[in-house]
Amino acid sequence: MKNEWPLWEIFIRGQHGMSHRHVGSLHAPDAAMAIKNARDVYTRRNEGVSIWVVEAQHVAASSPSDKGPLYEPSESKVYRHPTFFDIPEEVGAM
Amino acid sequence: MTRDDAFLQFLLRMGDNTLVLGHRVSEWCGHAPVLEEDIALANTALDLIGQTQMWLALAGEVQGDGKSADDLAFLRDAWDFRNALLVEVPNGDFGRTLMRQFLFDSWHKLMLERLKGSSDERVAAIAEKAVKEVTYHVERSRDTVIGLGDGTEESHARMQEALDYLWPYVGELFAGDAVDAEMVAADIAPDPASLRADYDAILAEVMAEATLSIPKSGFAHKGGRDGRMHTEHLGHLLTSMQWLQRAYPGARW
Amino acid sequence: MYAQMIKTASDGIKSRDEMSDEERTFQDKIDADIKIEPKDWMPEDYRRTLIRQIGQHAHSEVVGQLPEGNWITRAPTLERKAILLAKVQDEAGHGLYLYSAAETLGVSRDELVEMLLSGKMKYSSIFNYPTLNWADIGAVGWLVDGAAIINQVALQRTSYGPYSRAMIRICKEESFHARQGYHAIMAMAFGTPEQKKMAQDAVNRLWFPALMMFGPSDKDSVHSEQSMAWKIKIKTNDELRQQFVDQTVPQILYLGLDLPDPNIQWNEERGHYDFSDPDWSEFFNVIKGNGPCNTDRLAARGKAWDDGQWVRDGLLAHSRKKAAARMAAE
Ligand SMILES: [Fe+2]
Ligand SMILES: [Fe+2]
Ligand SMILES: [Fe+2]
Repeated sequence: MKNEWPLWEIFIRGQHGMSHRHVGSLHAPDAAMAIKNARDVYTRRNEGVSIWVVEAQHVAASSPSDKGPLYEPSESKVYRHPTFFDIPEEVGAM
Repeated sequence: MTRDDAFLQFLLRMGDNTLVLGHRVSEWCGHAPVLEEDIALANTALDLIGQTQMWLALAGEVQGDGKSADDLAFLRDAWDFRNALLVEVPNGDFGRTLMRQFLFDSWHKLMLERLKGSSDERVAAIAEKAVKEVTYHVERSRDTVIGLGDGTEESHARMQEALDYLWPYVGELFAGDAVDAEMVAADIAPDPASLRADYDAILAEVMAEATLSIPKSGFAHKGGRDGRMHTEHLGHLLTSMQWLQRAYPGARW
Repeated sequence: MYAQMIKTASDGIKSRDEMSDEERTFQDKIDADIKIEPKDWMPEDYRRTLIRQIGQHAHSEVVGQLPEGNWITRAPTLERKAILLAKVQDEAGHGLYLYSAAETLGVSRDELVEMLLSGKMKYSSIFNYPTLNWADIGAVGWLVDGAAIINQVALQRTSYGPYSRAMIRICKEESFHARQGYHAIMAMAFGTPEQKKMAQDAVNRLWFPALMMFGPSDKDSVHSEQSMAWKIKIKTNDELRQQFVDQTVPQILYLGLDLPDPNIQWNEERGHYDFSDPDWSEFFNVIKGNGPCNTDRLAARGKAWDDGQWVRDGLLAHSRKKAAARMAAE
């Protein structure tokens, strides 16, 4: 049996209410240790308040050739972005 | 012994424990079994060094001779050190280092929890900050002791050996003396003996999960906390740690 | 640099006509500054060259812990000890980020480590020099990390996504490294005569080895062209070296130290400092294994790895037992 510790992908949510973000990977024998290692490796500068770990082999990824169909449709939906709308100043913060 | 004398001794005990253990753990940097452990051990050492700065700064203040934390760390000789013997024994293998860490962390956390309620606000404030760090230390050292104790045959054997070697150094953590009595009277710190029951309960649970047996012997080496007799190892540690300050007196770094 | 003398795994650059459709699409992406990601198609040579480069870079970070680690237990104040420990710990982190980036190319960290220990892969020549006095710690942070930063800032734009992201993360941490180093050596250059002597000694010893970090001159570097076309090398060795010299000379002068090379001179016409070439025969000797510390460095890494085997095995065995018990309970 191969004795290398499995690889884990690490996701961290920072202080400012942003969602979990992929920050990198590391090795650990199991999920509990992966979380601890992530705390030591990836939050040395106060980067995070919440940690998710996923064993790398369980990450299902879109294949690169899907890039077109998956992402281009949203590129044309510029109205999803707040700056698309010109709002008169008088209405105040929005 | 005046109350201030006792208070100073108490602060040196706290600060020398973290100073010497932080130093020992820092020796691993660059040599750990895997990068993740290397980084984690450095975090532990960094926390301990930070705690040392707080304890020894306060010790200097209480002593009133204008000494800084650095003066106390780098310019006292072995007989002035007040750390428990447990923290000065050499690292040995990774298993012994983590076993020592767990034995110390478990005591440390219980102690700091009580010190949060100290009648001295400065002590309470240091404990408040330190206990958060130490709570994580003990989680990590506990998991590692369990993982290695209940790992392979080899790791089990090494962890049992580590526990057997370190066990005689545990008792000193709980052996009270006149300094402690004075601290209890002033409501500054608890009687160390009063932490023992909780400590034994934690150890029993963890060692059972780690499939390790706690030695029956109640024998305890002593002499570190009162400076009466350290191990031979401390002198070597201080020789490296204090070398620059000793060789170039008065230089600023 | 941290990755010196990377042999590109191809013979010469192909013209567009010689490229297959896949290769052309690939090169177009690179030319358009679109990052290559792990699952994207890539030429086998690109993948192999990157594994060498990122692997060597990772090894350098980890072996690089040793010369500075040499002084952790002798740091002269609690604050310096904490700073140095945090700095060397960062380097372990850099190694970890870079091994992870290499792993996305289909090689495991254990495989890379084994290649380092067996001598199949190299690490930067600079870490085969000793740290002999406390000022070396300042000089390493200031000069060695300073040189590394120049290279790494450029590499943030490298074409391979995971490598680029690792570089961005590393660069954020590096400026602390250079600054703490300069701060430490400043205290000595402005300190007692003995301290100043240590500072001068450190600069004298480390100057040329630091210049060697950028690798031999581009005229002698056969592999640069393809790597630059692939954007896994962003600037030439000579450009980076000149940038380092220009930035560092005024910093030496500020410390009031003597310049470590009598030929350092501002060249009005070029708008750069002139300086002497390092002794390249020394460099090649160090690369071959004959530096002052090669044997000790590899032995230290090998010992950590071998002594750690039972720990890695033990913790993994425990995790497997727990997982098996959980399965059985379900
Ligand atoms: Fe680095
Ligand atoms: Fe570095
Ligand atoms: Fe660095």
